[in-house]
Amino acid sequence: MTARIGVVTFPGSLDDRDALRAVRVAGAEPVSLWHGDHDLRSVDAVVLPGGFSYGDYLRAGAIASFAPIMVEVVAAAGKGLPVLGICNGFQVLCEAGLLPGALIRNAGLHFVCRDQRLRVESADTAWTSEYAAGAEIVVPVKNGEGRYVAHEATLDELEATGRVAFRYVGGNPNGALRDIAGIRNEAGNVVGLMPHPEHAIDPLTGPSADGLGMFVSVLKQLTAA
Amino acid sequence: MTEQPYAELGLKDDEYARICDILGRRPTDTELAMYSVMWSEHCSYKSSKVHLRQFGDKAPETDVLLVGMGENAGVVDVGDGLAVTFKVESHNHPSYVEPYQGAATGVGGIVRDILTMGARPVAVMDSLRFGRADAPDTARVLPGVVAGVGGYGNCLGLPNIGGELLFDDCYAGNPLVNALCVGVMKHEDVRLAKAEGVGNKVILFGARTGGDGIGGVSVLASETFDAEGPAKRPSVQVGDPFTEKLLIEACLEIFAADLVTGIQDLGGAGLSCATSELASAGTGGMHVDLDTVPLRDSTLTPAEILMSESQERMCAIVEPAKVEQFLAVCRKWDVLATVIGEVTDGDRLTVDWHGERIVDVPPRTVAHEGPVYDRPMARPQYLDALQADDPARLPRPSTPAELQAHWLAVVASPDGADKTWVTEQYDRYVRGNTVLAQPEDAGVVRIDEETHRGIALALDGNARYARLDPYAGAQLNLAEAYRNVAVSGARPLAVTNCLNFGSPEEPEVMWQFAEAVRGLADACGVLGLPVTGGNVSLYNQTGDVAINPTPVIGVLGVHDDVRQRVPSGWRTPGETVLLLGATRAELGGSAWASVVHGHLGGRPPALDLEAERKLADLLGALAREGQLTSAHDLSDGGLAQALAESALRYGVGARLSVGGDPFVALFSESTGRVVVTTSDPDAVRTTADWAGVPVTELGTTGGDALVVDGVAELPLSELRAAWSATLPALFGTPEATVGTVPAGTVPTS
Repeated sequence: MTARIGVVTFPGSLDDRDALRAVRVAGAEPVSLWHGDHDLRSVDAVVLPGGFSYGDYLRAGAIASFAPIMVEVVAAAGKGLPVLGICNGFQVLCEAGLLPGALIRNAGLHFVCRDQRLRVESADTAWTSEYAAGAEIVVPVKNGEGRYVAHEATLDELEATGRVAFRYVGGNPNGALRDIAGIRNEAGNVVGLMPHPEHAIDPLTGPSADGLGMFVSVLKQLTAA
Repeated sequence: MTEQPYAELGLKDDEYARICDILGRRPTDTELAMYSVMWSEHCSYKSSKVHLRQFGDKAPETDVLLVGMGENAGVVDVGDGLAVTFKVESHNHPSYVEPYQGAATGVGGIVRDILTMGARPVAVMDSLRFGRADAPDTARVLPGVVAGVGGYGNCLGLPNIGGELLFDDCYAGNPLVNALCVGVMKHEDVRLAKAEGVGNKVILFGARTGGDGIGGVSVLASETFDAEGPAKRPSVQVGDPFTEKLLIEACLEIFAADLVTGIQDLGGAGLSCATSELASAGTGGMHVDLDTVPLRDSTLTPAEILMSESQERMCAIVEPAKVEQFLAVCRKWDVLATVIGEVTDGDRLTVDWHGERIVDVPPRTVAHEGPVYDRPMARPQYLDALQADDPARLPRPSTPAELQAHWLAVVASPDGADKTWVTEQYDRYVRGNTVLAQPEDAGVVRIDEETHRGIALALDGNARYARLDPYAGAQLNLAEAYRNVAVSGARPLAVTNCLNFGSPEEPEVMWQFAEAVRGLADACGVLGLPVTGGNVSLYNQTGDVAINPTPVIGVLGVHDDVRQRVPSGWRTPGETVLLLGATRAELGGSAWASVVHGHLGGRPPALDLEAERKLADLLGALAREGQLTSAHDLSDGGLAQALAESALRYGVGARLSVGGDPFVALFSESTGRVVVTTSDPDAVRTTADWAGVPVTELGTTGGDALVVDGVAELPLSELRAAWSATLPALFGTPEATVGTVPAGTVPTS
């Protein structure tokens, strides 16, 4: 049997199809979820995709975090459902309180699209078990508001408890504090990152296939369970 | 009776008289406003029409064209039952007045044109031209335009796959912002802009109508900028890409459920244009109740409502039985949709407002039977002297050190330099089908994930060549775009164009325009490529100084399998570097003459269209056989520029030797040339011999320098420093240098 992995479409989601494709290429069954529904359609994991939900109005991810589907995602995440937030999805997770900190305007004030080197800092999450801790991968980063910030004490705690999931290597594209590209929750089922693993699943259309490991990680964990 | 303000609306005396004649009475104020925007140069093509007919008259025999010129965009058969629609359009004047919104709404407008054909938009490109790179106003206009193109396209989720960025003094008061969009659909999904079926409803959907962009086409796009006069900012529209994204998804769902009989986007001239074009292309009759149009500003007059260019709006013709389903799809996507009228018997477009009939006109006279001018033309007087001023007189580098310095100067010039500062602001990955994007010669997008079928697109417009000879210049631009598509391994299929010129009321400009159109039509005939549509932008001048004639040409090609695409950069050491094509001493209009000597004169390089066709066929065959590891077109800056770009792409150098005069070998811009790498040079040579394309072996890839024996030795680090420093030095620090931000520099609560 394979796992059903849902991808939420909010108004203004852009990389939802790409995330569905990555789920399929990894070998799982992709399931579309609609922002206005209170229904997770019995999925085994959820991806909040990239894009500009609600046009980034108010703050990136702020309005989407109040969508009906998010009530279900937050509740299920509390019970251990694997949730991956990519770019705008990461912003939504922070706004929804599933992850600490916030994403603000890039330090250079421009949108930046770049093939980015990342170091996998935490390989024992639902979404990173396919990687070796310390492995370097290349995944596209593309955003205008990707600068991770948090209270100093929060940053210290994230580092002390191994909750930094990914760090930028070879140049920080947006001024994120402590080069943080992605973080995880304590249980390891919720991971958020600014770079786009779903755009690195095939060297034909991306800089590498390094991103596929995130989707394979969750699939293996779900099918082994 | 007081005189009507037709002159202020941009209508000439005889045009006004014709309107009175058509109606048999004085037009109402609203009718006058409608005619004025629809008969503007921008909407009516009144100065260009007589010339553009050549694209049809000289069109080659073709079976790939599903929808030709005249619709919102042409549609091309790319095989397997798939069709592609693509078009490039200008938003030059608004981008000068308000760079961010001007450029953003330029992208929004062309995307709606593609959507209107029934296609899902899949990629965009942008072709940008500004004044001197170091001019203060360029620092105002360029960052805003780039942010606007990126801001709108990124938020729509359309990858930006390529384009151009060029600088010349002639664009100082008239930057050119040309945006291209390409969309994909099945053959049976093609939609047309016509209103048919008496009783069918007219539905306006998308954003509310506001006071922005009123008279944009007649005020901005159809008049020359004056140093004096009031600020024109209120005529520029304001874009909301989020609304457009919802509009796209709603439209595609509406198309899939077959809920419309006709559809038109609202662009220049807004509701005036959409209603009159739909009615005119259909059976002719339509009634609109203007009170039903949702407004952002309740104080708008009926004329303003009809002329408003508020963005993100579409107009559909829907059978009564399908209206409820149509509205339900719009509700799902939070898109406002309102029935504003219906298709009627007869051949009048009527509009009521507050119980009064304020418009009653034959729609064809508004939309399709506007004035047509065969304007006077005169070959520019300066042309003989310009063409006689051959670059042969210019001092050439006489030592290897000088030659190397010129090489660096060309590569580091704003036109030749690394464009990452711009392209990094564009999402090239979204949708997950981008196979090649900038800085490649052509953008390549997969359109079928099962069969790997894909398309290639290139946009090119060398205006220096066109200034020296507009007939040849247009053909050279076509040849370059054609070659750029071919180097990716694609088969060139069809052409679009954006013709940017000065004032048509100046005979010398009109001559340039006519020559460029004639040249393009002739060359398309020879290459067997249909022109599928395009856009004309006139009045690109400040005072009496016109821009260089700038015909920007887009070529679409098809890949049967995108996995066979050929990239432009060298990746592997030890491969053989070959030059396909023949080099002659041709420096007229060259980047070398411009960068090193500030010179423009002589004749542009000669063009042999048969040789271009042979070269393109050869490149396609080599790509299919997998014999090439890279291919890069030679154009501006000749071999010097191409070698630098191929080496810097992945940081792999080469040791080369060039025969004959090394200066000519490096800087000549002879056409029909491509530099390729291969691990099997004998096989490439055999295929090239068979195809009748000359081959010269240049050397071998490898090392960390570009070495040309006895001529130059350029470490890639030095080359990269020169090439990549230019734009950041002019427009701001690249984000690559953003390091870890020290603690305490952002609020920590």
